[in-house]
Amino acid sequence: MTAAPVLAAASTSISTGETITFWVLGPLAVIAAVMMILSRNAVHAALFLAAVMLSLAGLYAAEDAPFLAAVQVIVYTGAVLMLFLFVLMLVGVDSSDSLVETLRGQRVAALVLGLGVALLLMTAIASGTGDGGGVGLKEVNAEGNVVGIARLLFTKYVFAFEITSALLITAALGAMVLAHKERVVPRLTQKELSRARFASDHPFPLPGPGVFAAGDSIARGALLPDGSVSEDSLAPTLLQLDKDGER
Amino acid sequence: MSPDHYLFLAALLFVIGALGVLLRRNAILVFMSVELMLNSVNLTLVTFSREKGTLDGQIMAFFVMVVAAAEVVVGLAIIMSIFRTRKSASVDDANLLKY
Repeated sequence: MTAAPVLAAASTSISTGETITFWVLGPLAVIAAVMMILSRNAVHAALFLAAVMLSLAGLYAAEDAPFLAAVQVIVYTGAVLMLFLFVLMLVGVDSSDSLVETLRGQRVAALVLGLGVALLLMTAIASGTGDGGGVGLKEVNAEGNVVGIARLLFTKYVFAFEITSALLITAALGAMVLAHKERVVPRLTQKELSRARFASDHPFPLPGPGVFAAGDSIARGALLPDGSVSEDSLAPTLLQLDKDGER
Repeated sequence: MSPDHYLFLAALLFVIGALGVLLRRNAILVFMSVELMLNSVNLTLVTFSREKGTLDGQIMAFFVMVVAAAEVVVGLAIIMSIFRTRKSASVDDANLLKY
């Protein structure tokens, strides 16, 4: 009778606000994650991943980690996902997945394996934890979360922190080396380009998008004298999208 | 609720990410799933940090974020160079090491 309130006072009590935050953002993150692995369009997947990461940032904020919440938004949602979107643009929107199963039975095996791992993790968590809310961060966050993290980062973890600078430089150099494109043919001069153009059947410039049309969007093709849309005026990607229909 | 709920959520997200790695064939989507798995582990670290009452877990999550950022840069550069030579971002097409 007397022990229970003492234990409850020792463990952190979780506020109603945090409970609501968890039950709103948690399911949101799970739904967005499932949609991410199910969506065929890679851009949609990237946006669903952004939703997951923003929900996780909210959960970090609810868990007394405001610094990590900010870093999550800035680094993951801001930098990493933008990088993903840039690469998707470079690779092209027509990079959607093929639905052909390369290894027979792989999907079923993957689902069974996933279910097994989920069961394993859940039972491990359920059996390994469950004694109240833990200590809580009230004490170590007394000076502020950022001050507490900085104190640890520049004392106990200062060596690891310095090592990450080497890692970041190596990564930047590696990305430059990998993404660098060697020119295999000499660059064409303006004279050669002009000659090639007049030798082709298109000495005049291609019609721009939206010429004589009702709008000036790049998705609006130029109209030919008979009123039909000139395919020359549209980007090949847009024509491909139009052919595939709405994806 | 208790902080353990966060651990269950993180486990669920981790499994979803693993399924994404196993099921998708587009290298960029596989990569996104790996990011999801890293994120779910970060949630676990932050929750443990709270349960233990120290900030070491948050520091660890911070380092995971740093390493993940570096990994994304290099990984996407590799995907770009593979796409440039093979005109495909599918993991099935990069099979030169297979035989």
